[in-house]
Amino acid sequence: MKILVCISHVPDTTSKINFTDNDTKFDTNGVQFVINPYDEFSLTRAMWFKEKQGATVTVVNVGNATTEPTLRKALAIGADDAIRVNAEATDGLFVAKQLAEIVKNGGFDLVLAGRESIDYNGGMVPGMLASLLDFNFVNGCVGMEVEGTNASLSREIDGGEESLSTSLPLVVAGQKGIVEEKDLRIPNMRGIMMARKKPLNVVEPVGVDAATSTQSFEKPAPKGAVKLVDNVDDLINLLHTEAKVI
Amino acid sequence: MSVLVFADSSEGKFKKSAFEVVSYGKKVAEQLGSKVVTLSINGGDASELYAYGAEKVIEVKEDSLSTFNAKAYASIIQQTADAQNSNVVIIDSSIDGLFVAPMVAVALEAGYASNVVALPSSTEPFTVKRKAFSNKAFSNTVISTDKKVIGLAKNSFGAHENSVSGSTESFSATLPELGVSSTSVERASGKVTIADADIVVSAGRGLKGPENWGMIEELAEVLGAATACSKPVSDLGWRPHGEHVGQTGKPVASNLYIAIGISGAIQHLAGINASKVKVVINTDADAPFFKAADYGIVGDAFEVVPQLVEKLKAFKQS
Repeated sequence: MKILVCISHVPDTTSKINFTDNDTKFDTNGVQFVINPYDEFSLTRAMWFKEKQGATVTVVNVGNATTEPTLRKALAIGADDAIRVNAEATDGLFVAKQLAEIVKNGGFDLVLAGRESIDYNGGMVPGMLASLLDFNFVNGCVGMEVEGTNASLSREIDGGEESLSTSLPLVVAGQKGIVEEKDLRIPNMRGIMMARKKPLNVVEPVGVDAATSTQSFEKPAPKGAVKLVDNVDDLINLLHTEAKVI
Repeated sequence: MSVLVFADSSEGKFKKSAFEVVSYGKKVAEQLGSKVVTLSINGGDASELYAYGAEKVIEVKEDSLSTFNAKAYASIIQQTADAQNSNVVIIDSSIDGLFVAPMVAVALEAGYASNVVALPSSTEPFTVKRKAFSNKAFSNTVISTDKKVIGLAKNSFGAHENSVSGSTESFSATLPELGVSSTSVERASGKVTIADADIVVSAGRGLKGPENWGMIEELAEVLGAATACSKPVSDLGWRPHGEHVGQTGKPVASNLYIAIGISGAIQHLAGINASKVKVVINTDADAPFFKAADYGIVGDAFEVVPQLVEKLKAFKQS
């Protein structure tokens, strides 16, 4: 099985979010970048397939050279090789089209990604990729097994879980549950040393027009201070008369 | 030209979000000077949609789709959009909506914006405001393709009654090979789900142990709320993983979120920021959650929650 894991390079969850250039660009100043947490779940699941079922694992990112440390971290976790598509990720469709080229050229039969990235939160790349490739697709995956070319998966639904069966080739967008948080891998020293020698191939993008663009960013209006109350009568009264939620 | 709204349903009943997307679609159609067409796949009584402004409802009845199938739904939405000459397609940003919408976008060669929170600020260029950075910011996004797919964030627009005398047409779409088949569905029955709930009551490690959740469930019952928990609580196995809300858990966009004994780690806040009104009950006056909350009580959950249950019962009866 040839697995491709899509890795998004995102600001750490705790980052302060600021914008520059008249609120048109994300301010990367002082921001720590990490593997997108949802992608990390899927990457860990891919490692499991590699170790237990002999799969090969390639990681890919669409981004400029600044994303390479994130790809190296994925290599340190255990991926065999990495590909960077040398382009700014302008929108979801652009990224999906770049990834589709990588999948076609690399002959991958299983593509793993995260449910969404924690920066743009579009949640669109895996579904678009599956449609562009005409691969089967499962979103919000919380459990997954593959035997031969058959796959059984479960996905989150409102108020529960649904079990699904499908076959390769397949795109899966994972989240917590595809592996548990306690099972996420942290690169060890040996992994970090080995990652330096693993191939990180840079490929040029295919020409694609972006379908969407960000005109500007804005932050939510500053929130007023919390209203502290001493007793539950006051709380109920405020929720009823002021907030009008009960 | 028309605006196509997909009104999602489950087990033959429209979801609450269906009325919200119809209300939103009606307004978008007014902005564009076009008509709104609503698609229902194995949905409920179309007259429920007329009440929110759906003048024309396209009904697809398909026995083989007793459970949701993203590929089939995407294909039906695309075929309906083609048949109705729709240049804007609106789908909710629920779990299923986020599954199907990107596939619709590719099928229609449309630009797609998910988690949209307001009506288009401009139709030329077509600009929508969407959530970004885990609710820490918004992106004003321009969709530049001829056709557009909008994913509407839950509870961002609201359902607005706007009764019209609508009409219903049936439509037979051609089904693609499904590719993915559902083998079983497990749903907690009789409980309000986090996705549907207007009110969510959530508790954290401050509750000290799973044996103390009775009062949280009681509070949720009085309010008709869903129960939820913080990450450490689900990691400790006190509550099921499905109740974990936060960055890596479920997102919550309820009207009221009550956090009890949760300190408010940034990952937790990222998952609940979209909730409109936040109430925090915590013994620690310095808990970071108080900075994010609208109302707060500094106090012991074991004293405050039982009082709240009793007083709310009385309030509900009055």
